[in-house]
Amino acid sequence: MTNEAIIQLKDIDVTFHNKGQTVTAVKNVSLTVNRGDIYGVVGYSGAGKSTLVRVINRLQRPTAGTVEVSGQNILDLSSKELRTARTKIGMIFQHFNLMTSRTIADNVDYPLKGSKLSRAERKQKVAHLLDLVGLSEKAEDYPAQLSGGQKQRVAIARALANDPEILISDEATSALDPKTTSSILELLKRLNKELGLTVVLITHEMEAVKEICNKVAVMDAGEIIERGDLVTIFSKPDKPLTQDFINTATQINQAMEKIYKQAGTLGLDDHHILVQLQYVGATADAPLITELYKRYSVVSNILYGNVEILQDTPLGNLIVVMAGEPDQLNEAWTYCEDAGINVTQLDPNSEVA
Amino acid sequence: MLAKYFPNAVTMKGDFIQATWETLYMTFFTAVVAGIIGMAIGIGLIVTQPGGILENRVVYNILDKLVNLCRSIPFVILLAVIAPLTRLIVGTAIGTTAAIVPLVIGSAPFYARQIQNALAEVDRGVIEAAESVGSGPIAIIFRVYLREGLPDIIRSSVLTLISLIDLTAMAGAIGGGGLGNLAINVGYSRFESDVTVGAMLIILVIVFAIQLIGDFWARKVDHA
Ligand SMILES: Nc1ncnc2c1ncn2[C@@H]1O[C@H](COP(=O)(O)OP(=O)(O)OP(=O)(O)O)[C@@H](O)[C@H]1O
Ligand SMILES: [Mg+2]
Repeated sequence: MTNEAIIQLKDIDVTFHNKGQTVTAVKNVSLTVNRGDIYGVVGYSGAGKSTLVRVINRLQRPTAGTVEVSGQNILDLSSKELRTARTKIGMIFQHFNLMTSRTIADNVDYPLKGSKLSRAERKQKVAHLLDLVGLSEKAEDYPAQLSGGQKQRVAIARALANDPEILISDEATSALDPKTTSSILELLKRLNKELGLTVVLITHEMEAVKEICNKVAVMDAGEIIERGDLVTIFSKPDKPLTQDFINTATQINQAMEKIYKQAGTLGLDDHHILVQLQYVGATADAPLITELYKRYSVVSNILYGNVEILQDTPLGNLIVVMAGEPDQLNEAWTYCEDAGINVTQLDPNSEVA
Repeated sequence: MLAKYFPNAVTMKGDFIQATWETLYMTFFTAVVAGIIGMAIGIGLIVTQPGGILENRVVYNILDKLVNLCRSIPFVILLAVIAPLTRLIVGTAIGTTAAIVPLVIGSAPFYARQIQNALAEVDRGVIEAAESVGSGPIAIIFRVYLREGLPDIIRSSVLTLISLIDLTAMAGAIGGGGLGNLAINVGYSRFESDVTVGAMLIILVIVFAIQLIGDFWARKVDHA
């Protein structure tokens, strides 16, 4: 992975005027994606994710800001230049957007009709692309005959027809079941590795980000509220919204919900606190808990534990009840933080998001 | 047997052939001209509408108003009102060929709306996907809109053709001839109702044939 910027959005604003109403869908967003990144953009519905990425290929002209893709200032291009630039920025969508009147092969061939390739070369290219996404036998079928996952594979093949350097995926797996989602994400990851494709992955599910992204930005109400490399964001989320996305992805939320329901049995008071520990590295848990006991006589009772592997880095999550004298608990807390562990006190009376 | 049920009609074979020919003649040439005009306006409406690929409020409003205006004039009145225009184009305001001018003006706006509705059904996302691979407006019109919308375009064309045949029946008012004229000015006026029924049957056959071919064709190209 080089550190060469391939997409640079600077101070982007997008404002819509609709019947006297003004909606600012994107507010002052700057984003740099490097060549070879799989950059995740997460946020709830309406956060402005689609609007932001549509700025990259100027399907949406920003109200303010600059857009640079592969060294080209996208906002300055003539319509003809823009069309050429767009062939190098593939895009896939939640609802696949295939042409129902064309066969699979014809759908993939569609973007090639403007290219300089001969008929025979195009045919070969289409065959190669269908092979790449594993759909060679379906070439002569129509989209209506395919499953959702297969349709998305066709859409990916179509998006790759002109050998783009960038692939924008706007909720491409949101309409698919978990297993199909994984297979599509795997495919994107493979394309990233094999073709050096830079991927911008829009989603409202941190699970998808967790599986393949190396970087992630969290959007809320038109702004990027937090960003960074995947492991850092997962191990030290700064904003509650980010934490919330992560908790859902790691299924910690479900665990918390169960624990909160039986909060009465935990006997929480100033001698017993409920905390979430997040740390990088899988083997930290056992020594840590012994250490806490040895040093501060704090007894930790593990209610839930989970280890995720992110970018080949294990990331641990524990929910424990720590029991001990209040001062000792404080010191134990500081000890954990000094050891690079993210400690959050949980309140069973609060709502799990 | 034919002589028993159609005593007057059988003696008028020549008139029937002539009238059928006139109806088909008017229908065909109107369909070609109105088809091109209506298609162009329908496409114009779709691409210039708010959010369209060539959004243009002024052009859209002009086309939209024009279509509405033409559609709100009753056809029989239109026949009379545009006589001067017809004379300018065809040289005469009377006769089968002359009838084509009002027929075009009467059916093109209807067809334009039909085309607009058919193309409005084309998924906005598919258009966006085409834009995202670098297609320009011309490619999107011909290779996406007209192609994806084809089954609906065929269905609306059938509908327009049938209503066009309906209009040709009125063309008798300006000497256009045709089966409608035969049914009214001969069958009805002379109380020879078998002629009226005969003319009606021929019209029905034509309509059914168009419907049948259209449905078959639409189904053949529909892969949704
Ligand atoms: N063409 C438009 N005209 C007016 N408002 C728009 C337009 N497109 C988007 N918006 C508004 O901008 C905001 C952001 O929309 P956007 O589609 O970017 O969100 P999103 O994060 O992609 O959401 P989702 O997850 O539902 O796709 C929303 O409030 C939306 O209503
Ligand atoms: Mg969206």
